[in-house]
Amino acid sequence: MTLDPTHLTISELRHMLDERELSAQELLGLHLERIEAADADVKAFLRLTTARAAEQAQAADRALRDGTAGPLAGIPMAVKDVLCVKGVETTAGSQILKGFKPPYTGTAVQRIFDAGAVMLGVTNCDEFAMGSSTENSGYFPTHNPWSLDRVPGGSSGGSAAAVAAGEATFSLGTDTGGSIRQPAALCGVIGMKPTYGRVSRYGLIAFASSLDQIGPFTRSVEDCALILQTMAGHDPLDSTCADRPNNVARGLHDGVERIRLGVPREYFEVKGMESGVRLAIQKALNTLEAAGAELVDVSLPHTDYGLAAYYIIAPAECSSNLARFDGVRYGMSEQDAQNITEAYMKTRRKGFGAEVRRRVMLGTYALSSGYYDAYYLKAQKVRTLIKQDFDDAFANCDAIVSATSPTVAFPIGSRTQDPLSMYLCDVLTLGGNLAGLPGISVPCGMSDGLPVGLQVLAPQWREDITLRVARAYELAADMRVEVALVD
Amino acid sequence: MPLSRDQVRHVALLARLGLEQGDEDFYAEQLSGILRHIDRLQELNTDAIPPTAQVVEVAATLREDVPRPCLTQEEALANAPAAVDGFFRVPSIQEEA
Repeated sequence: MTLDPTHLTISELRHMLDERELSAQELLGLHLERIEAADADVKAFLRLTTARAAEQAQAADRALRDGTAGPLAGIPMAVKDVLCVKGVETTAGSQILKGFKPPYTGTAVQRIFDAGAVMLGVTNCDEFAMGSSTENSGYFPTHNPWSLDRVPGGSSGGSAAAVAAGEATFSLGTDTGGSIRQPAALCGVIGMKPTYGRVSRYGLIAFASSLDQIGPFTRSVEDCALILQTMAGHDPLDSTCADRPNNVARGLHDGVERIRLGVPREYFEVKGMESGVRLAIQKALNTLEAAGAELVDVSLPHTDYGLAAYYIIAPAECSSNLARFDGVRYGMSEQDAQNITEAYMKTRRKGFGAEVRRRVMLGTYALSSGYYDAYYLKAQKVRTLIKQDFDDAFANCDAIVSATSPTVAFPIGSRTQDPLSMYLCDVLTLGGNLAGLPGISVPCGMSDGLPVGLQVLAPQWREDITLRVARAYELAADMRVEVALVD
Repeated sequence: MPLSRDQVRHVALLARLGLEQGDEDFYAEQLSGILRHIDRLQELNTDAIPPTAQVVEVAATLREDVPRPCLTQEEALANAPAAVDGFFRVPSIQEEA
């Protein structure tokens, strides 16, 4: 065997499994070895689920022999610590949920299991998915496989790092303001956030319900389409999950001939944009143009207000969603109290980390009597303006292209003292959440030895365009997701 | 608009979030900084703009109200920090008469 299976894509591994070049159980063994070698440094995983993985790999080998194998049979994968898996400790990266074992498995994960995948373990994230560096984890920070003193991005930093370090072939994350796309960019892998309502949120520990979506991290655009297709589709257990045709992979290989790519000038002028990132994106745009795409200038005039609207809407929804963590039904509980209000207050002060408490306070303030109109209602109106910006832009183009993150991975500890500097990490991604759009991040070269990501956004329900443009770039640039050699 | 320490105490009670030493200053300073950025929203005239709460048009779907299997009492209580006689146990919510 010349190629290391821990570096390969799903379709490549599937070919090897079908040809009996290796078994699912051997593939699992190689990944556990890789985790053993790399994860002491990377720290992508919070917990391994080795016994479950062995059972799933055994079942996959049986199915491969019987000819009943699903599309993901035997493929090793990892799950972000916000997606419930029955019987597997799931904590949302928080001490307040330490020991919590969900009594059911969420829909998206169940569909991945039904397709035959093998779950290796649970990946680290910012607490309750709030953060852009995975430093807000209630357990430990994850390190970027390309440079161990730097962050992997966040909040799905563990899921991105696991794929980048060769520890998992694909992984699942969630994206509320950029939490899949930004870590994908910083770790040099592919990451996608679907249209709001494309994938069921049943079994996802909610952060901001009008923004959250589940999506994949992969090593090829084709793999990304496959995972999305497997998870997508109507679910009676999530009333916001739309009953629409599941056609995300339509025209995947059709190229970008005559496709109009909108280049929003505001996205190239944001504060803190690094020249190395700008250069890599310009080169990627040239590649797409050479492949037949037409570049058109578009404008998203309310870009400067997106961050402010987001940091009202997301904390407001989080303050409401996180009210359920009260020390009564699950998780940490401080019972040494005179009455139940004091028990709530002690439990929540002790169980939540600083960033979660900051956002719960901000959201509660924005929703409180006398401030609702000035903050929450105002932010919802600005959300309308931001959505209109995208509608207007898409009248003149098929997709919007930009950098995913204004910077490459930054040093661990460099932004934790200044919340606003951390929030600015998401300035190019959160518009997609506010407008409910599908978006993908694809690696497009390096700056200072660190990966840069190209973001492609499309109109709602047009994942097919997002993936098609990404696939065309992958092909034209001869891009292959590299595995970082941590040792 | 900067947040006062009184406001911090009020919001913390609303959020059922205990305050430890130093917390009032921490929140007052950090939240005021974030709110200074957020206040730029007031520059926009939005009088004629409707609010967006739900960004994707999804028709409200109703299903038949048919009983179906759910968690058992034992499963529902499996993660409870304290349970007694099949119920969640909490500190008293009323003074004893």
